[in-house]
Amino acid sequence: MTSPLVEARGLVKRFGDFTAVDGIDFDVRPGEAFGFLGPNGAGKSSTMRMIGAVSPPSEGSISVLGMDPVADGPKIRARLGVVPQDDNLDQELSVYENLLIYGRYFGLPKKVVDERIDELLAFAQLEERRTSRVEPLSGGMKRRLIIARGLVNQPDLLLLDEPTTGLDPQARHLLWDRLYRLKLEGVTLIITTHYMDEAEQLCDRLVIMDRGKIVAEGSPRELIEAHSTKEVLELRFPVGEQAEALPRLDGLGTRVEELPDRVLVYTDDADVTAATVYDRGLHPEGVVSRRSSLEDVFLRLTGRTLVD
Amino acid sequence: MATRSLRVTEAGARVYRRTWRASVISTFLNPVLFLLAMGVSLGTLVDDGGGSATIDIPYLTFLAPGLLAATAMQTGAGDASYPVMAGIKWRRTYHATLATPISVADLVVGRLGWVTIRLLFVTGVYAAVMTLFGATTPLEAALAVPPAVLTGAAMAAMTTAYTANLKSEQGLSALFRFAVLPLFLFSGTFFPISQLPDYLEPLAFATPLFHGVSLCRGLALDDVAFEVSPAWSVAYLVVFAAIGTVLSIRVMRRRLVT
Repeated sequence: MTSPLVEARGLVKRFGDFTAVDGIDFDVRPGEAFGFLGPNGAGKSSTMRMIGAVSPPSEGSISVLGMDPVADGPKIRARLGVVPQDDNLDQELSVYENLLIYGRYFGLPKKVVDERIDELLAFAQLEERRTSRVEPLSGGMKRRLIIARGLVNQPDLLLLDEPTTGLDPQARHLLWDRLYRLKLEGVTLIITTHYMDEAEQLCDRLVIMDRGKIVAEGSPRELIEAHSTKEVLELRFPVGEQAEALPRLDGLGTRVEELPDRVLVYTDDADVTAATVYDRGLHPEGVVSRRSSLEDVFLRLTGRTLVD
Repeated sequence: MATRSLRVTEAGARVYRRTWRASVISTFLNPVLFLLAMGVSLGTLVDDGGGSATIDIPYLTFLAPGLLAATAMQTGAGDASYPVMAGIKWRRTYHATLATPISVADLVVGRLGWVTIRLLFVTGVYAAVMTLFGATTPLEAALAVPPAVLTGAAMAAMTTAYTANLKSEQGLSALFRFAVLPLFLFSGTFFPISQLPDYLEPLAFATPLFHGVSLCRGLALDDVAFEVSPAWSVAYLVVFAAIGTVLSIRVMRRRLVT
C-alpha cells in the first residue's frame, strides 16, 4: 500500500488554556475523500490549519506529503489547494484577477495561469462572470470561485473547510457534483463538515470529532453498522405529551433516544416497530421511518446532535 | 524567499491597476493644493515679512523638499495601515495569500516593496509639481526623491508592525491623530526645528520625518545645510525601516500563523 499523504500521531493544538485538538491520530491515503465530521468547535478547522501548514502543532507529529509542515511550509503549500471556511476573496477585484493573482503566488507563468483559468471557470460554471467584480456574486458563485482558486496550482491534496455551509440546497448539490468529479480525477480531498449528508455523500472514510478528540473512524457504512441500527423510527407527539408517552415506549427496538422535539427508536425494522407503537395505544402526530445516518452515530457516540 | 516576495509585490501592482483611480486625484491634487496654499500664499507673507525669519531663500523653495518628505511619510503610513488591517481582518486576503507558498516574511517584504514603488510614483509626481510651481529646478526636485522614498518606506515598515498588532480600527485613527499629524507639523517641514521651544527640539530630532526633511532639503538645495550629518540621517532611516520590517514579520506571524 502507498504511504499516506497525511499522517498525524498524538496531534495537539492549544490556544492558551484551551485545547482545540486533543491528541488525535489519523492517516489520509492518496486518492480518497477523507472527512472530519463534528459539531462547531470540535477542532476540525484547527486540524485543517495544521494540515495546511499555517498553524504549528502544540504537540505530537504530523507529516503532509511526506514533509514536516513547520520546516517545509512553502514546499507543502505549493502542492495543496485550500478552500477556507470563510470567504477571503479580494472583493474589489474581478473573478479573473482573483485567480490570476493567486496563481502567480505559486510562481506559475502568466500564460499557464491564463490557460488554467479558462478551464477552471468552465469547471466552476463561472465563464460568464470572468470580468465581474467578486463582491456582487452570489454565495454559491463565491464558493465555486474559491474552489477554483484552490485548484489553480493543480494540487495533489485539496483541503475543504465546511465547503457548503450557508449555501442553498441547489448550490450545495452543484458543489458536491464538482467535488465528486475532482475525486474521480484522482485528487485527494480532505473535507470538514457538520452536515452528515455531506459526509455520507462525499467521504470514503471519515473520523467523527467531538471536543478535540476522535470518537470513531471508518467509512460511513461501517460507522453506521458499528454504532447504529439499520433503521430509525422518528415519533413526534403533540406538545406536552412526549414525556407521558416515553415510558410506554420501553423495550421497543434496541434503543430509544429522546430529543427535545421528537423520540428516536433504533430498530432493525421500522415498520414492525411502528405497528407495535400503535398496538400499545399510542398516537404520535408524526411517524417517520428512515435509514440510520451518521447523525445517529454521532448522537450515539456523544449524546448530542451535530447541528444545534 | 526573494522571488516569492516579488510575487507579492507584483500582486500589489495588479491590485493597484484596478484601484488606482481612487488615489490618483489625491496624488496630483495634494501637492498642488499644499504648494499653492502654504508655499505660494503663505510664502509671500513670509518672504515679505521683515521679521526674524531665519531662511534666506524663497519660502516656497524652502518648503517644497520638506513637504515632499512629509507626503512620502503620510503615504507610507496610509498604505501600511488601512490596507493592512483589511488584509488581516476585514477582507482577510492575507489569510488566502498565506495558504500558498508565500510565507509571512515574503508577504511583509513584498508588500513593503510594492509600497516603495508606489512611493516612487507619488513622490515623482510631487517633484514634477514642485518644478512646475518654480519652487525648485527639475534636478533639485529629483535629488529630493530618493530620501523621500526612504522616509516613506521606513514609516510604512513601522506602521505595518503597529497595525498588525491592532485588534480594532480605532487604533488607526489614533495613529494619524497622535503620530502622523504631529510629525507632519513639527518635524521641520514648515519651519526649521530651531523655531521649536528648546525642550521640544530633541524630540523632533528623534523622529524619522526630521531626518527625511533634513536629507531632502540638504540634498536638493545648495543654500540650505543639512540639519544633521546626512550619513546619520540615512543610517537612522535604514535602521528604522529594518526594525519596522522585523517587528512586522514577528507581529504578523503571531497574528496569522497560529
